[in-house]
Amino acid sequence: MSAMAPDALAARVQAVFPQVSTFQSENGEPWLAVPAADLRGVARLLRDDPSLACDALMDLTAFDLKGHPTVPPSDDIAVVLLLFSLRHRHKVRIEVRAPRAACSVPSVSELWPAAIYFEREVFDLFGVTFEGHASLRRIMTPDDWFGHPLRKDYVYPSEYHGVAHLREGQRFEGGPNRGAAGAGGVA
Amino acid sequence: MTEPAGPTGLPPSGGCKPGNRQDEQIHLTAVDEFLAWGKENSLFYLLFATACCGIELMQAGGPRYDVDRLGMIPRATPRQSDLMIVAGTITHKMAERVRLLYDQMTEPRWVVSMGSCANSGGPFSKWSYSVLNGIDKHVPVDVYIPGCPPRPEALIDGVMALRERVRKYRTLGIRETTPHVVAGAGCDFGAHPGKSGIVIAQQQPPEGKA
Repeated sequence: MSAMAPDALAARVQAVFPQVSTFQSENGEPWLAVPAADLRGVARLLRDDPSLACDALMDLTAFDLKGHPTVPPSDDIAVVLLLFSLRHRHKVRIEVRAPRAACSVPSVSELWPAAIYFEREVFDLFGVTFEGHASLRRIMTPDDWFGHPLRKDYVYPSEYHGVAHLREGQRFEGGPNRGAAGAGGVA
Repeated sequence: MTEPAGPTGLPPSGGCKPGNRQDEQIHLTAVDEFLAWGKENSLFYLLFATACCGIELMQAGGPRYDVDRLGMIPRATPRQSDLMIVAGTITHKMAERVRLLYDQMTEPRWVVSMGSCANSGGPFSKWSYSVLNGIDKHVPVDVYIPGCPPRPEALIDGVMALRERVRKYRTLGIRETTPHVVAGAGCDFGAHPGKSGIVIAQQQPPEGKA
C-alpha cells in the first residue's frame, strides 16, 4: 500500500465528518481542524479505517493562541495531534481548539496509549482537561503547583514552599511577571 | 599541629619522637588529626547529577582525570557518602529531593555546588518558573565552582579546596558549627557566618585546548 495523497485523505475524513475543515500544512501534510466534540470519532476513523490506518500517535502537544496573529483573533488553547501510519507512511495533523476558560478536550488515550503521558503533560503545562483520561495528574511540576506555566498569561511564582525564587537582591529588568511573595506561586 | 602531610602522604608527625624512624612504621599523632587525614583522603561522593555538569563529573571520574586517585570513590547511596556534588540544574521540585539525600548522609558531610545552575540558577535564573536560583537555599554549600559547565580541572580544584576544609575538621575537638537547616526556612546559606562557602576562581582551559 502507498501513502494517501493529502487531498484524498482529507476527503475521506470529510466524507464521514463534514464538519471537519481541512487545510494543508506548510510541509504539505494534511491538517484537520476538528471540533472538540468530534475528536474521538475522527481519531477512531483515522486509526481504524484500513485506508487511513494511523496506528501511531507521534505527538500530542498544545499551544496558546493568545497574542498569536491568527484570524479571527482568539485566546483559545489549541491541542495538536500528530498521527503517522506505519502501514501507509503518511502523516496527519489534527488541531482541536478549547476555550481558555472551560478548557476541555476528549481524551484519545484509549485509542493510543502513548497519549497517556502526552495528555498529562499538556494538562500540566496548559491546563487542558482531557475527559476520559484515567489518571490526569501533573507530570512535570510538583503536585501542589499553581497555574499552568506555558500559558501566555501565566504569573510566575515568587516562591515555592517558602523558598524564594530569586536570590537576595536579585532583580531582572524586563523579567517575567512574578506574583507577590507569599501570595502567588503555590496553591 | 598545622604541619602539612609529608611527601609520603602520611599524617603529620605531631608527637613523633626524634628517635623514631619511618621504616619502623610507628607514627604518633593526635587522634583528631589522624581522623581528619583519613576523611580528607577518602571523600566518597554521592553518584548524583542532574544536568550537563554531570557529564563533566563523569569525565572527572574517568581514566583521564581519575579522581579515584584522590580517594574519591562514587557511592550509589547517600548513606555511604561524605560528599555531595550538586552537578546541574536544580528545580524547586528536585531541590526537596536533594535535601532528602543530604539529610540521609551521615555527618560529617560536605556539599560542593558545581556549575552556574547549582550556584545561582545560571542561564535559567531570569526566565524560568521552575528552576531554583542556587542550591544553597536548601543545603549548606562548602565550595562553589563556577563554570557552565566547569571543566574537570575546575572540579578537582574545588575538591582540593574542600580538602583544605576537611583537613581542619575536628571530630573530637571544637568543630565548625553546621547550622541545622529546616528545608523551606528560606535561609541563604551563602551568607551564613558559621558556614560560608568558598568560591573557586574560574579556570581557564589550557592553551590550545579550548
